[in-house]
Amino acid sequence: MRNRTKMLILIVLALVSTALYLFQGLNGSYDYALPRRGIKVLAMALTGVAIAYSTVIFQTITHNRILTPSVMGLDSLYMLLQTFIYYFFGSMSILVINKNYNFFISVIAMIVFALVLYRLLFNSGKRPIYFLLLVGIILGTFMGSITTFLQVLIDPNEFTSLQNKMFASFNNVNGDLVWLAMIIIVLSVLYGWRTIRELDVLSLGRDNAINLGVDYDKIVKRMLVLSAILIATSTALVGPITFFGLIVANLSYQFFNTYKHSVLITGASVMSLVALIGGQWIVERIFTFDTTLSVIINFLGGIYFIYLLLKESRTTS
Amino acid sequence: MKKRYLVIALVALSFLSLFVGVTRISPMDLLDFTSEETQIFLISRVPRLIAIILAGAGMSIAGLIMQSLSRNKFVSPTTAGTLDATRLGILISMLLFTNATYVQKLSFAFIFALAGTFLFMQILNRIKFKDAIFVPLVGLMFGNILASITTFFAYKSNIIQNITVWLQGDFSLILKGRYELLYISVPVLIVAYLFANRFTVAGMGEDFAKNLGLSYKKVLNLGLVLVALITTTVVLTVGMIPFLGLIIPNIVSIFKGDHLEKTLPHTALLGVVFLLICDILGRILIFPYEIPISMTVGVIGSAIFLFLLFRGKAYA
Repeated sequence: MRNRTKMLILIVLALVSTALYLFQGLNGSYDYALPRRGIKVLAMALTGVAIAYSTVIFQTITHNRILTPSVMGLDSLYMLLQTFIYYFFGSMSILVINKNYNFFISVIAMIVFALVLYRLLFNSGKRPIYFLLLVGIILGTFMGSITTFLQVLIDPNEFTSLQNKMFASFNNVNGDLVWLAMIIIVLSVLYGWRTIRELDVLSLGRDNAINLGVDYDKIVKRMLVLSAILIATSTALVGPITFFGLIVANLSYQFFNTYKHSVLITGASVMSLVALIGGQWIVERIFTFDTTLSVIINFLGGIYFIYLLLKESRTTS
Repeated sequence: MKKRYLVIALVALSFLSLFVGVTRISPMDLLDFTSEETQIFLISRVPRLIAIILAGAGMSIAGLIMQSLSRNKFVSPTTAGTLDATRLGILISMLLFTNATYVQKLSFAFIFALAGTFLFMQILNRIKFKDAIFVPLVGLMFGNILASITTFFAYKSNIIQNITVWLQGDFSLILKGRYELLYISVPVLIVAYLFANRFTVAGMGEDFAKNLGLSYKKVLNLGLVLVALITTTVVLTVGMIPFLGLIIPNIVSIFKGDHLEKTLPHTALLGVVFLLICDILGRILIFPYEIPISMTVGVIGSAIFLFLLFRGKAYA
């Protein structure tokens, strides 16, 4: 099967799941249900594309297929921030009720965190990129222990409300925020698309890339910032889905046997549309909200990850 | 770093630990055997001190054994998924048996900790590219995944906050009758000391160890069983204490090298001293309340770990 055919099949699948999600069981309430479902589909599409795109470029930069940008402490920062707000201001504070404030604070905090981290590490001499990741994860553990401490102290009723923030959810996405997030994500993707061919070269390794005339360090920095912006936006919009990017990126590598990033990224994005919209359809209509999609995705993603690790030789390439 | 100074610090801090707390207890009160102070002393303070000593020594030794066996200075129960595996085991034992007894929890947690650590070692064996920093990265991801599986089940049964509560490392709940499980680590530590030389040899690599006539597999398995036992007992009684097994062996190996028989006592002592300092700090900082140990160790520990990382590759 050629890649074009595969891509076509995926696109059809994505369209089918979108149609199913939008129109199944509508019972003629076009004015009420359709716009609401439309917003949710849009939110899922944005999150899917943002996560798929940032994970693929992140994995190319790090030359590693088992890492995702959100393990760098961004998720932990988000959780710490939300726990902090709930603990000190309560679930009725303006910072929780007004979703715009919450969104802006989260996005800005995460991006600033990523920028400071990169700046610190790139300025402190030549260090391997794994070093950066390890520092990110350690900071994540650091923030995690503060989060745990606050979560234990928090009132159980408030915690139930905070728990909604701990798992990505598409059920109460704010309409205005979706448009805003769309602007950020579309602009970032367009900006990144210009360097998509350089990414193909980058995957040959640092020395080869420099030999071929690519400004390696500059592009790596730029792409790291780009992936941080994308992840920050999608996390602030719906919540953390740590392992989702891992699944779609790796499925895309397996499915499309190519090194062209334009194909890989598009493939991963379409796959994430199928997974999110189709998955949400199954969770909503078949399991009738028995569990949240992100918990299932993290669970499946985790098992897939262990499988990837155990599958020899492909683990690091 | 002389052993003598560590012992002096240990005795001084232990003494301090016994007499710091909400109820003021002076040594004179203890002369009266029936007084309230003596009761508190015997039921709460002494068990707490013993628990800190056993947990501190145990977790540091567990880290030391793991680092020696995996030949990587950044591996420890925190960075290899052992803690998360233990947590998953406890959760599953609680879900399977509505009133899980201590023995059931212990055995389940032990099996999971052992399986988790073993799986991680298997993964390490299969990875061809062994960068000193890449290995803990894999371990941390592995731990994250086990945690996400735990979350999956916990979410279904609506006990997420409960899990957070009872796995947070905290010595304030240690009372007489609730910590005795930790005594298991005493024989474990003795065995670890007896086999120290073999662990050192095993740390030189499989081929080299076999050349020297060591049954590598057996020593490796023994080491993993010891680590799993220590981690399980500590997690069940105290809760998670992050980073302890990571930092202490690293600091000791800077001064003392990698000969386990020589570094083992130092590691155990330094682990206890560090944990005592953290615990006393946690009790003093927001007196009369307490900051749980996992938070103090987590914050101080990650700072020290970052410092070790930034210091460069001299010993990594």
